[in-house]
Amino acid sequence: MNLPVHLSVNGVPHELSLDPRTSVLDALRDHLGVMSVKKGCDHGQCGACTVLLNGRRVVPCLCLAVSYDGAEVVTAEGLGGGHPQGLHPLQQALIDHDGLQCGYCTPGQACSAVGMLEEFKAGQPSHVTPNLNAPFALSDDEIRERMSGNLCRCGAYVNIVAAIREVAK
Amino acid sequence: MSPFDYARASSVAEAVARIGSGGAFLAGGTNLLDHMRLGIRAPQQLVDVSRLPLTDITRRDDGVLHIGAMVRNSDMAAHPLIRQHMPLVAQALLAGASGQLRNMATTGGNLLQRTRCVYFQDLTTPCNKREPGSGCSAREGFGRYNALFGTSDACVAVHPSDLCVALAAVDATVVVEAAAGERRVPFAELHCLPGDTPQHDTSLAHGELITAVEIAPLPFAVNSHYRKVRERASYAFALVSVAAALDVRDGVVHAVRLALGGASHKPHRAARAEAALIGRPAVHEAFLAAADAELADARPGNDNAVKLPMLRNTIAAVLGGLAAGVGA
Repeated sequence: MNLPVHLSVNGVPHELSLDPRTSVLDALRDHLGVMSVKKGCDHGQCGACTVLLNGRRVVPCLCLAVSYDGAEVVTAEGLGGGHPQGLHPLQQALIDHDGLQCGYCTPGQACSAVGMLEEFKAGQPSHVTPNLNAPFALSDDEIRERMSGNLCRCGAYVNIVAAIREVAK
Repeated sequence: MSPFDYARASSVAEAVARIGSGGAFLAGGTNLLDHMRLGIRAPQQLVDVSRLPLTDITRRDDGVLHIGAMVRNSDMAAHPLIRQHMPLVAQALLAGASGQLRNMATTGGNLLQRTRCVYFQDLTTPCNKREPGSGCSAREGFGRYNALFGTSDACVAVHPSDLCVALAAVDATVVVEAAAGERRVPFAELHCLPGDTPQHDTSLAHGELITAVEIAPLPFAVNSHYRKVRERASYAFALVSVAAALDVRDGVVHAVRLALGGASHKPHRAARAEAALIGRPAVHEAFLAAADAELADARPGNDNAVKLPMLRNTIAAVLGGLAAGVGA
């Protein structure tokens, strides 16, 4: 039996009627045609589907849409809202630094990086933070650790880190 | 994925009242939904507890840290009370999963993670935990991640959680709600050894809901550390891990807490090592001797004997770091 689900996607409200098994990922792709959100592994391992959900980065392949009824979702299409040329500075930096090859993981990398920078600004520590109770900088090690949930099989990591480093300045 | 009935609970009482015999609680979903998609689990009903108001971390007047079961892993790791009083707990959380998954996964759900034994997750192979009586593929197969302690003929799987290793070290208490009311489970009694019933990971009865984790004051835990050894620098399950808190006075071990991950079907509290350290000089040789006392009981298989030197050296390194005051 389908259930009603309300999702706001990139600022646009949508009323859906979904099988409870539908993930937020499938709702976005199959029901709303938001194709930047990639279904890489569908098991929460690759990060290709990363979106901002109620302001935090998550992998929507492991989110049931019914459970997130009323949520606000931002995908790569929506990151650039309010920015020149419709591109978030992080997206522009990925272009400037060649932070991609095939591009499949790129929308997820972009959403993840934007969410990650907010986490850093909020003072959240990471696995490589030397002292949990002292100020710390966003070193390359911090960027790499915090982005480890996004796989890039082309191996564009070096330039992805460079793009994030530039935006974090 | 098999069909299921979905209901969102608006209170703890409603959640435990609504759960049926074939039902499961849904919180962060990072483990359950993956398993439902793989076909490992097929609940007929999901009771969604993700919006229950169990999202606070507080320090009571008696000093007990109370962590709501729906606190997300990232929020718990970043919370000032956890970072200041229980650095090993924050470090354990940060060693697990990815940034995205930590934003989703809950405290209660973390405690109920199921093993990552490859055969448990592979429906084409026998596994006594997934299908009781079908056999254990890991005993004869890929055994690098297998347990060292408390194994049985039926199961050699390890518990996958990092957080649980730290919580075992600090003697946390798990607050559980059942239809009959609230009960409190000492952390050491939450998870089971496999024995003849490896399908059971915990002592919780069906329909019981974890509502909180509590940690009694442990002042010397400000000098504590969690170290994880794995095959990638990030985003991988542990081969082994060590959670420790150390109180050294005048060069002598006054108090110590030590728990091991990747070692057993449950977080392994290293009680023998702790006993061997009390009153001894806080020096490398004593740390190695304590590790040896603990590991004397280990029963490695063909592929996982590497975990013995790994644990021995990691225990000594972590305790040595804490003795030198470079813990958190």
